[in-house]
Amino acid sequence: MRTTGPEGSVTSDVPEAGPRAEEPRKLEARLTDADRFYRAFVAAGAGTTLVLITLIGLFLLTGAWPALKTSGFSFLTTLTWAPDGEPPKFGVAAMMFGTFVSAAVAMLITVPIAVCTALFINEYAPRAVRRSLTSLVDLMAAIPSLIFAIWGLFFLVPLLAPIEDWAVAQFHGWLPLAEASATGGSLFNAGLIIACMAIPITTSIIREVLAQAPRHECEGALALGGTRWGMISSVILPFGRSGIVGGSMLGLGRALGETLAATLILSIAFEIKPRILENGGITVASGIAIEFRDAQELGLSALMAAGLALFLVTFAINLLAALVVNRSPAGARA
Amino acid sequence: MTMPETTKVLPNPRAAEGRQPASPPAAGPRGKVPPRRRPRAWRWTDLAEIAGALGASAALTWMIFGRLLPFRVMPLAYVVLGYVLFLPIYWFVIRDGQGATAAKDRLVTILVATGALFAFAPIVFVVGYVVKRGAEVLRPNFFTETMQIVGPLSKATEGGALHSIIGTLEQLALATAIAVPLGLLTAVYLSEIQGPLARPVRLVADAMTALPSIVAGLFIFSIVIKPHIWLQSGIVGSLALAILMLPTVTIAAEQVLHVVPGGLREAALALGAPYWRSVLMVVLPTARAGLSTAVILGMARVVGETAPVLMTTGGTTVMNLNPFSGHQDNLPLFVFTQIRSSQENQVDRAWAGALVLLAIVLLLFVLARIVGSASPGRRRIRVRRRRGSRTTSDAGGNRS
Repeated sequence: MRTTGPEGSVTSDVPEAGPRAEEPRKLEARLTDADRFYRAFVAAGAGTTLVLITLIGLFLLTGAWPALKTSGFSFLTTLTWAPDGEPPKFGVAAMMFGTFVSAAVAMLITVPIAVCTALFINEYAPRAVRRSLTSLVDLMAAIPSLIFAIWGLFFLVPLLAPIEDWAVAQFHGWLPLAEASATGGSLFNAGLIIACMAIPITTSIIREVLAQAPRHECEGALALGGTRWGMISSVILPFGRSGIVGGSMLGLGRALGETLAATLILSIAFEIKPRILENGGITVASGIAIEFRDAQELGLSALMAAGLALFLVTFAINLLAALVVNRSPAGARA
Repeated sequence: MTMPETTKVLPNPRAAEGRQPASPPAAGPRGKVPPRRRPRAWRWTDLAEIAGALGASAALTWMIFGRLLPFRVMPLAYVVLGYVLFLPIYWFVIRDGQGATAAKDRLVTILVATGALFAFAPIVFVVGYVVKRGAEVLRPNFFTETMQIVGPLSKATEGGALHSIIGTLEQLALATAIAVPLGLLTAVYLSEIQGPLARPVRLVADAMTALPSIVAGLFIFSIVIKPHIWLQSGIVGSLALAILMLPTVTIAAEQVLHVVPGGLREAALALGAPYWRSVLMVVLPTARAGLSTAVILGMARVVGETAPVLMTTGGTTVMNLNPFSGHQDNLPLFVFTQIRSSQENQVDRAWAGALVLLAIVLLLFVLARIVGSASPGRRRIRVRRRRGSRTTSDAGGNRS
């Protein structure tokens, strides 16, 4: 009885294999032509992806090169943005400052709220609503940033305006952060709205990591008479610490690249200042969105250099986050 | 102590031999079922403690703001101060009754719940506000008209976004058509072939998820539009969206393929199937639900992307059915241009667009949930095969 694979790839002779059981049967794994084609085809697809993505990096680099050569090291220290002026004078210092400040504000709000929400869903919420809360968070993560941005512009910022004005009036003079001539289009408000966008994605990552905390250890902590907080602080948080850091960094990567909140909210000002409640500021992403229309030859190259700088920062943060998450016990099990 | 109790407590010699039906487990030593102890259940004293602490903090807040301070404050300040006062009062109440450990636990419970409230409040307000503002101006003609004959001073209910909706759908379809086959092939390579390219491909795909969407738009703008290879049009926007979609789809699809049990692959190969058939007929159908979810979530991610289409599609007020030439509009772009206008009515019209955009995203999300929770594709395929074999009346077809 001779059985043959559909394409004749594996041939075996069943009755003959029996008597010679002592010596191992020779196995041949030959690839058929169809298999070779399949491998080549799939590899070509993967190769295309690889080439495409690498090309993006290379084009960004070559596109940014003229601007970087013109400005040299001052690219990192100059505040103004006049690449098409005479002489061209531009740098990412103000843009990077705005990006980092708004992202820092966003993260200061996002991380505690995300950790609380993740704990609430996993440990406090009734079992019946746990699944729906999880999908609610995922749903929030799917809402476009444009919608958060216009909601912030028309709902949140007017809502907060009296509070911010009050804070400025109270603390003005002895708290440099709170000094402002006008509020509304500030880096703080932009950061606040970016926080609204970053909370869902951060929460969903942290929640997934914390859910993998070993159940028997949690139950052991409770069985020893620990309170719920005792269980969380002694088992879940130490277990998920790196997951919390990694999830927050992924959220930070999102916050740094966010364009629309900053474009719609910020009053444009290329400057570095500690008064985060005051109108004015710029981020790299919003700078690109605003400046690209009028950019000439060098201007476009300068924008690409700014984009490249932003990409390098977000890339480094993502890489770091991946390392942290993978090194954690939770990440290894995932 | 009554008789039945002692007999129950005594070791049953027949039970020691085993295999005998055990005595009813619910019967405790007292002969009746004790109430189940639920250490986490709420008791009425808990509610009383909370109510008492709330009452105390409310009274204290009223005293401070209403009687002691010489000026009036906004209502929000009452809430904030009331909350701040509530925490220590509640802590003291619990500590007196149940000790410091329990008090800390309760305090953390309150704080965690507050944090969760701050996370869930935005979604309620965002969806609620968009629906409220959008429903005011959304009329059926929003789906049938364009902005061609609408001036800046026309009413917000005039004109429509048909051109933008068509543009969004076409660009989304094109981006999907570019990104999904490439992404799936790459995922199959990463998970099934695991060739020498796997490490670099995974590295760049991970790196690319960090690409800010505006940079993707800038990239396409500078290599396609600036050198006049292709002027601003729908397809150029699709390219930018595809760049954003590709790594997302690849990574999600690879994770789905990893979950396919290795036994299925080995079974297929052991039955003599070549690799390509085992992947095409076994691995991919098994992972079909997860793969569809990955694709739909990728689409949901890019459909609302504004930054890249802002630079690439051009934007227009008239209908352009051809995504390959001429400026084309897009729903996020429609919202963005209308909301930045200085005219009140145009801003109002933007909310109708935002509502439609939100509805599309929600639709995609629900679709992903339904597809993702459906049973794996195996069963459906088997049913289809059986139907096929019936038509060819090949009775042995099922056995092979």
